Amino acid sequence: MIAHHLTEPLLMAYAAGTLPEAFDLAVACHLSLCDECRATAESYDALGAAVLDTCPESRVSGDCLEATLARIRGEAPDPAPARPIKTDAILPAPLVDYVGGGVEDIPWRGVGMGVRQAILKTAGSCEARLLYIPAGAAMPDHGHRGMEITLVLQGAFSDAHGRFARGDVEIATEDDDHMPVADISGDCICLAATDARLRFKGLLPRLAQPFLKI
Amino acid sequence: MSGMFRDVENFDDFEPDTPFVDPVASAPGPSRVRTGVSASMTSEADPAIWAQRIHDIRTSRSEAAFVALFEHFAPRIKAFLMRSGADATLAEEVVQEVFSTVWRKAHLFDPSRASASTWIFTIARNKRIDMIRKHRRPEPEDLPWGPENDPEPAEALGMQQDAERLAVALAKLPEKQRHLIEKAYFGDLSHSEIATETGLPLGTIKSRIRLALDRLRHAMT
Repeated sequence: MIAHHLTEPLLMAYAAGTLPEAFDLAVACHLSLCDECRATAESYDALGAAVLDTCPESRVSGDCLEATLARIRGEAPDPAPARPIKTDAILPAPLVDYVGGGVEDIPWRGVGMGVRQAILKTAGSCEARLLYIPAGAAMPDHGHRGMEITLVLQGAFSDAHGRFARGDVEIATEDDDHMPVADISGDCICLAATDARLRFKGLLPRLAQPFLKI
Repeated sequence: MSGMFRDVENFDDFEPDTPFVDPVASAPGPSRVRTGVSASMTSEADPAIWAQRIHDIRTSRSEAAFVALFEHFAPRIKAFLMRSGADATLAEEVVQEVFSTVWRKAHLFDPSRASASTWIFTIARNKRIDMIRKHRRPEPEDLPWGPENDPEPAEALGMQQDAERLAVALAKLPEKQRHLIEKAYFGDLSHSEIATETGLPLGTIKSRIRLALDRLRHAMT
């Protein structure tokens, strides 16, 4: 049962298509696990359509229609997608896409104290990475620049804001004192998307930066 | 790309010649476009008309239905894209991509989960990300539907009607409030600047989507 959800502004921005790619990825992964947020996001799709419907029209050239017609005359329907294949028990479908496989294919790199990470390739200055925190271990304060969305995929962690298990998202801002500790019962895997447009302010996070290569 | 976030009033400055949509006509809707579809079928009062057009493409590859959709939605999509920062040429390129996708994916449209205009909006949004913002668009795990979990016609019609009501409600909002919503969708606001007190009836649409998702989940197990 998912207890910690995405915020309405994030769901609206996802529907609007204006988020950085790393945040889109985190949202798409949560929506794959949470029908409640998916329904909210799709209702914001409907609001986007209402904005489109009420847009003042801009004339389209006749050539544009002709070119489109010429094009579709050679186009057959796309093959219907097969039933979603359960490709991985841990990684939601959008992550399988980015990793290029399942959880065993993640190119982990140790960052110290048993913590491992894998940075995913996304466009723009925001970053998405998978984190592996051994059972009972503390994740060092990694100093958010701006906002960080953390989605739990396996195990659970706790911090000052509560306990977060599979499907839960924690949204932390720069001001949050954020020292997650993984549950003792099992290793924890998370997806973290960081808004890196803002810069480090304090000395302490600046020191943590080379450590985590963020 | 000329001019980010150009004013709505300036759209016509960009226009190429030979328009096929009469710019003077103020009433939106299919009644004034040449579609080859009988006028009685294009009643604007029927919110299910566009879902029917997509259905016609799906079942009979109907070019007339395709042209009707194009003539209604293409000028709006173009305006939406230009308002989001594209110039006229790029906007028309994206319009072509959008409608090619409509043609190829008509069979994937689930009218109980989205209205026709919502479905077309999501295609246009994704093409904007792909072609203008130039990054990938991660989508949630697919929940395809098929004959074995065909939506109830009443649910599908209800969704089209609710979407229509939402557009009417948006148009009736005080201008300041409506502009804030539009700015969020045009990309003029960051997610941290978005206020979601829209004052709009999104709850009924959300409930319908929940039902549709439950139906699909049930069919998958």
